Amino acid sequence: MIVFRNVSYVYPSGVKALDNVNLEVKEGEVVALMGENGAGKTTLIKHLNGLLKPTSGNVVVDGIDTRNSTVASLSKIVGIVFQNAEEMFFSPTVWEEIAFALKNFGYSEEVVNKRVEWALKLMELEEYRDKSPFLLSGGEKKRLALAIVLAWSPKVIALDEPTVGQDIIQKEKMIQIIRQINLQGKTVIISSHDVEFISDLRPRIVLMSRGRVVDDGPAEEILTKLELLNECRLIPPQIVSLTSKLDFLGFKIELAEPEEIALRIGRKLLS
Amino acid sequence: MKLIDVEDLWFKYAGSDQWVLRNICLEVEEGEFVLIAGKSGCGKSTLLKCFNGLIPHFYEGEFKGKVEVCGLDTREYPPYILSQYAGMVFQNPDNQLFALSVEADIAFALENIALPREEIRERVDWAIKVLGIEDLRERSPVELSSGQKQKVAIASILAMKPKVMLLDEPTSSLDPVSAKQLVELIAELNRRHGLTIVITEHRIDMLLPYISRIVVIEDGEIALDGDPRQVLEKYDLRVHGVAIPKLVRVSNTLRKIIKNPLPTPLSVDEFVNILRSLKG
Repeated sequence: MIVFRNVSYVYPSGVKALDNVNLEVKEGEVVALMGENGAGKTTLIKHLNGLLKPTSGNVVVDGIDTRNSTVASLSKIVGIVFQNAEEMFFSPTVWEEIAFALKNFGYSEEVVNKRVEWALKLMELEEYRDKSPFLLSGGEKKRLALAIVLAWSPKVIALDEPTVGQDIIQKEKMIQIIRQINLQGKTVIISSHDVEFISDLRPRIVLMSRGRVVDDGPAEEILTKLELLNECRLIPPQIVSLTSKLDFLGFKIELAEPEEIALRIGRKLLS
Repeated sequence: MKLIDVEDLWFKYAGSDQWVLRNICLEVEEGEFVLIAGKSGCGKSTLLKCFNGLIPHFYEGEFKGKVEVCGLDTREYPPYILSQYAGMVFQNPDNQLFALSVEADIAFALENIALPREEIRERVDWAIKVLGIEDLRERSPVELSSGQKQKVAIASILAMKPKVMLLDEPTSSLDPVSAKQLVELIAELNRRHGLTIVITEHRIDMLLPYISRIVVIEDGEIALDGDPRQVLEKYDLRVHGVAIPKLVRVSNTLRKIIKNPLPTPLSVDEFVNILRSLKG
């Protein structure tokens, strides 16, 4: 679905934000881009719908080389929810905010109505339909930003730091939504440095540092590499920190559910 | 000494028919490190804005009850006076910094309250030293990382020498290592410099080792208030929309399995020590 081949990107200021990135994402995968601020996560995401075009190398999305396409047509395939999406709201009501892009894509009024209603329901925003987007709380704004993109049903959904400022209920809800849209066959790309959130989601992790991909693998594997995480300015999940210090109980460093860890500690202590 | 005294506070924003804060009674003593937790939209940010006078002076709405900061009724004193007692650090440091150099940014508020030149210089030097940002002094804030910017924002508040520092989700735009460093720095300001801290934050696992008190807000009301260990032991924070740290979940389950009244751990190291002593 997505191929990055030897992609480098240099900002006009001269900063090299992506440095020879090679990456393949299959249809239906959930991939988390992790790494410090400035690692290149957001720059990479901006390449998915052609907002940025590689300085060298190729980005191919759903068979289309992004160099040969426009943001307008790539956006139908890849919907990006930016971290500060809520700063871009401009409609008088939540309903109209969601309908705007759909109308722009040229959908009929009937389809627009249906899709807006579906997205409002999915994101639990029905009660706010006539409210001004600016009067929503931070978490509600985040849900609205996601509803806007989900409404036009792109094949790939990219979420840039979706959990910033979100409480635990919203994070759990976000995991449910990601799983749900993934079940519908959507490819999901998330940039995040929220290790607890990612350790609950357990996606494939692409670890980035200074514009490069430094590791790539399942969450259980990447999130237990303490030194590598530290180099990427990430803090291991609490469970990983804990198990790394439980060798005296026969534990190896690992990522698991807290209740399972408790059970095994209990067995060791009682035996 | 009582630094913040809230008596039966109610607030709703202009144009809204819902009370965002309801019947809040709260006292904060000098030296406390208070975490205000609760789900998004519960009113915790709004409450913080009542402590430096942004509410009711900047945000319009209906305000009932009374808030006193260092004995000053916030309705009677403007924010520029109140901010000398209670300084606020916001979520996004970009909204707080604007000058050409870090030094100028830290000095700005001090110039505005017309301090003598010498005093300004002393305070700027002091704040820069406390935050350990000597190397950033001449830099332009725009070219700093988010973590560095947030430190500069804290330095500029610290230079005002407030009695209380208010922080509204100060780590939310930082990467985990920077966030952890910032939290340690805030803890240091509390412990070594005796600065009273009131902070809102979702990542409570990061703060638990340092805070002296947790206040949980739900639908604009105080739902829980007390010593963090006791609150975690007695109540299910998740019911109130606050994440229970994974470590505490391990300990809660283990307590039932081994039928031992384990103390609730606030950090990984503390828990490891508890387990070591249990193993004998």
